[in-house]
Amino acid sequence: MTDKDSKDKGKTHEKKGPPTGAQDKIGQAFAPTIRELKFDLHLMSKSMTSIVGLGLFAFLLIVAAVPWLFVAPTGGLDPYVLPFDPYEPDPLPPGTNGHLFGSGRNGADIYYGIVWGARISMSFAIEVVLLAVVVGTVLGLISGYKGGVVDEVVMRVTDIFLSIPSLILVMAIAAALGKSLDSTKLALMAVWWAGYTRLIRGQVLSVRENTYIDAARASGSGEIKIMFRHVLPNSWPPMLVAATMDMGTVVLVMASLSFLGLGAPSGYSEWGKMVYDGQQYFYKGDWWMVVFPGMAILLFVMAFNLMGDGLRDVLDPKMRR
Amino acid sequence: MRAAGDPVTAYLQNPEKATDQQIEAIKHKYHLDEPNYIQYYYWLNGIVHGDWGISQMTKDPVLDTIAQKFPATFELAIVSTILAVSIGITVGTRAATKVNSPFDQGTRVISLVGVSIPVFWLAVILLAVFYYYLGWAPEPGRIDKQFDNVPTPTNFYLIDSVLNLNWEMFKNVVAHLVLPAVTLMFASTAIIIRIMRASMLEVLGSEYVRTARSKGLPEKVVIKKHARRNALIPTTTVVGLSFGGLLGGAVLTETIFLWNGMGRWSAEAALNLDTAGIMGFTMVTAIIYVLANLIVDILYAQLDPRVRLG
Repeated sequence: MTDKDSKDKGKTHEKKGPPTGAQDKIGQAFAPTIRELKFDLHLMSKSMTSIVGLGLFAFLLIVAAVPWLFVAPTGGLDPYVLPFDPYEPDPLPPGTNGHLFGSGRNGADIYYGIVWGARISMSFAIEVVLLAVVVGTVLGLISGYKGGVVDEVVMRVTDIFLSIPSLILVMAIAAALGKSLDSTKLALMAVWWAGYTRLIRGQVLSVRENTYIDAARASGSGEIKIMFRHVLPNSWPPMLVAATMDMGTVVLVMASLSFLGLGAPSGYSEWGKMVYDGQQYFYKGDWWMVVFPGMAILLFVMAFNLMGDGLRDVLDPKMRR
Repeated sequence: MRAAGDPVTAYLQNPEKATDQQIEAIKHKYHLDEPNYIQYYYWLNGIVHGDWGISQMTKDPVLDTIAQKFPATFELAIVSTILAVSIGITVGTRAATKVNSPFDQGTRVISLVGVSIPVFWLAVILLAVFYYYLGWAPEPGRIDKQFDNVPTPTNFYLIDSVLNLNWEMFKNVVAHLVLPAVTLMFASTAIIIRIMRASMLEVLGSEYVRTARSKGLPEKVVIKKHARRNALIPTTTVVGLSFGGLLGGAVLTETIFLWNGMGRWSAEAALNLDTAGIMGFTMVTAIIYVLANLIVDILYAQLDPRVRLG
């Protein structure tokens, strides 16, 4: 949001006199925000890429939220384990025997894996990115706003994390924690916050020099209030873009680690592992076990990249109006 | 949480049969019985003195293995970077000079796919199509078996084949390089195209480009001498940063193309919980990453006389 907004919000609070009802009060307080949101949505609706990205994202979100509507879970304890059929030892091509996208070894249905894999990928990405955003925001905000020793310490630790390519660092940590999807998640969580810390700090450094921050301080606002009420809302747009795109990147890293053998186990509906499981058959000509899961990863990552691009166009003040 | 992979096993030839006494002796010898911060001191001391520990997987010193495998990875990374930079800059410039043309739109789609595609999936598809289905590419690996007896003093096979004046070997090495290099360059190329296009667009809208045009300079000169040189500056930063991503991608690419380099070795180390091996590889990548960014900083001064190195 722009600084104009925060001033508008202040005005509605102070000048309009006592609010008549709770609903009215909320309506007035949020009126500028809602107007801004409508404008943002209007801008987004005009860009083709963000519409495609949003559409893809909405579709993937629905699949991830209610996978059982698309294909019923297997009777087993873990719905993410691919169906097992000992009477179907060899892979079957798409369309045969009720396998829409074909099947792998022992009747492992590819369509089932794609659908439930969407749930794994989506929840994985949301958990990792959300945690990283929260940690990164708090650290970056404190580091940039306080400066001095705090800033030095936080930024040097951040530098250590950023000086090693993320895939390699995540691989090293995940390997140390043991081979499982959960340790991959932990490893990614341990690494991912650093980028956001740097991003937010950079923003905060420029935002805190604004006159409206001085004004807030002069009017007696506390440090915490200034940080979260005035500095943060004006610092977060670039991070929102980065976080959106990272949702895809995180899934790419997860799939890569599973492919290498560090993440999900064999026969799991994780797209990277499915590509790995189908690899040997693919070289002999059975393409569906590799092509469909890979396509799913590509579309998933693409959805977030398109959305991030669209968001950037909307949130970048240079591009708008 | 105790990290998996007990370091003692690295120093034992036969971990199952070792007696408690032997284990204690090794723990004492390598300071594993001391507090963590003392161990850390010994570890740091070892790193700067060239003792990077013993790989649990191969029982060899980590630094020796890295020295032996590094050229393979570096050769691949350099070839990919050269490809990515030359394609990225050419295509990015062209796209910017013809904004919204079909060429520009096509470039945008390709670069979007480039940043979204999983490296391992691309590698598997390229390998299946060009080696298994069409038979155009040589089998995975760095070189054919027939050249096993040729001496390779540097382990950079391209250089070695030139040193041996062996034209057949050179052709063979290049043929083996094509698929892994193309796989590895894909993501970097996409990023370079994007940045190059964006910064070219910005520069093309600037005053000095208008001045150059109004002086009556040919468009070719304006683009090449005035615009592109300035647009190269942000691109250089990205090339430095993407070199790190390239090393990450090398782990996957090397594993699939059976490339006998650091990346593949580190993936195996990770799977075997070979702590010293993973640490060694992480150290090397961190050093290369920092060096690549240092080179970028030095290049700035070369590209932009306004930047002075102080």
